[in-house]
Amino acid sequence: MVKVLFVEHDGTEHNVEVNTGDSLMQAAVSNGVPGIDADCGGSCSCATCHVYVSEEWLDKTGEVNPTEEAMLGLSTDRKENSRLSCQINLTEEMDGLVVSTPEFQF
Amino acid sequence: MSEMATGDVPKKSKWSMVDKDPYAMSIKDIDLSHPGIWQHNQYLPFMERLRNEDPVHYCEDSAVGPYWSIMKYKDIMTVDTSPHLYSSEPTIGIIDSFEEFALPAFISMDPPKHDDQRRTVQGVVAPANLKELEGLIRSRAGVILDSLPINEEFDWVKHVSIELTTQMLATLFDFPFEDRNKLTYWSDVATAIPGNGIVETNEQRWAAIEECLAYFTRLWNERVNAEPGNDLVSMLAHGEATKNMPPMEYLGNIILLIVGGNDTTRNSITGGVLALNENPAEYAKLRADKGVIPNMVSEIIRWQTPLAYMRRTAIQDTELSGKKIKAGDKVVMWYASGNRDEESIDRANEFLIDRPNARQHLSFGFGLHRCMGNRLAEMQLRVIWEEISKRFDFVEVVGEPERIYSSFVKGYSKLPVVLHPLK
Repeated sequence: MVKVLFVEHDGTEHNVEVNTGDSLMQAAVSNGVPGIDADCGGSCSCATCHVYVSEEWLDKTGEVNPTEEAMLGLSTDRKENSRLSCQINLTEEMDGLVVSTPEFQF
Repeated sequence: MSEMATGDVPKKSKWSMVDKDPYAMSIKDIDLSHPGIWQHNQYLPFMERLRNEDPVHYCEDSAVGPYWSIMKYKDIMTVDTSPHLYSSEPTIGIIDSFEEFALPAFISMDPPKHDDQRRTVQGVVAPANLKELEGLIRSRAGVILDSLPINEEFDWVKHVSIELTTQMLATLFDFPFEDRNKLTYWSDVATAIPGNGIVETNEQRWAAIEECLAYFTRLWNERVNAEPGNDLVSMLAHGEATKNMPPMEYLGNIILLIVGGNDTTRNSITGGVLALNENPAEYAKLRADKGVIPNMVSEIIRWQTPLAYMRRTAIQDTELSGKKIKAGDKVVMWYASGNRDEESIDRANEFLIDRPNARQHLSFGFGLHRCMGNRLAEMQLRVIWEEISKRFDFVEVVGEPERIYSSFVKGYSKLPVVLHPLK
């Protein structure tokens, strides 16, 4: 189990404990964290599980893959630290991970 | 399509499947592309047989030539998310012969051109912009609903669905409000098959399209010389990827945005009323809890599937669920079938407004071409249902709907209703 902190657009915090191996998207959805729609169910094809990864965690969460890059390209509020949370699989290394959710998923 | 006399069509073509038993014919002869079964609401058992018995189906001979039908949710997902194998060029419609009339637009482009053009205009339908628009949509919806007759039959399509979506479209284009009915007409013309009520000939169709181009060229010229605004025309005129586009490409994108923002939501507004009438227990759930509306909106969009399919063209030889697809083959993803696939959607053939995971449907497509206006559509439907629920206990369907003669735009030209106000 690892701990993840989701911070909503308005600052509301959600601390969740999740199994390693799950995706960050699954962690949010199964713990009822608002602001993650995940319309495609985790196949990197809708960009509605968009999150911003805290600077200090960018190394541990890995690179944006090409499909993810293409989907993120459709987002109007893409930032340097944007990721699709279905493409981050949680590992022990990510214990304490902090991510924030955008105001809207699009 | 609103005014077409649907009673006269289809002209009984040799290709029509109307009144045929899908289980009594050879499976290879099933052809979903002919509009007859869609207009006559007979398409479901044809789709069901293909989904169960031959989910990647080759139709060798049809009025639109040979094509593959992709029937299962998962296979559709595969095709939609593999643009390197399945191209959106030259067209996303099933009919190749329309190519000579087809207008270039980003829906029928592959990356990178698609991505650049789409990025230019998507801001206008992004949620942040929609938040600004919601109040306006709500007040316009209220005016429309308050003007309707009570306890008296009228056509819901004409007086509510078309009116609301057309007003919305005029707002997005900053289009002269008094001319807004032109948008509806151009939208209908763009998807019309000559001879079926909207236009009689291709010449007529082109005349209407040229009128549309002339009108929007005038708007472009006005806006390009003004400060950049938040409307779609201004965004295209000032956007890096679009400001030098040739006139026909500009027109193609305008028509894409008109059709995309018009027919689809219009038909989901109508389809929702019909589905709630056909499922009284669901209507009761809505009366008991207005909080179900956002979830219901997703379910209505799944149930209606306002565009029945999207077409791709195979770029190279490939294989899908054991079938060998050749480079150049037409591949049709039947969203209307994938949305009824029991293997991927629990109780897929039931309309359940409180269903879990209602957002996981195919109506918006997936991947790079996923519907750009999906949040706008959801917002419009949510607002209209919230406003309906404040006023009416029951929007009662009192006669048979008239459906559109198309295997692409899945919708209605007429739905007679009577309104019963809240007690």
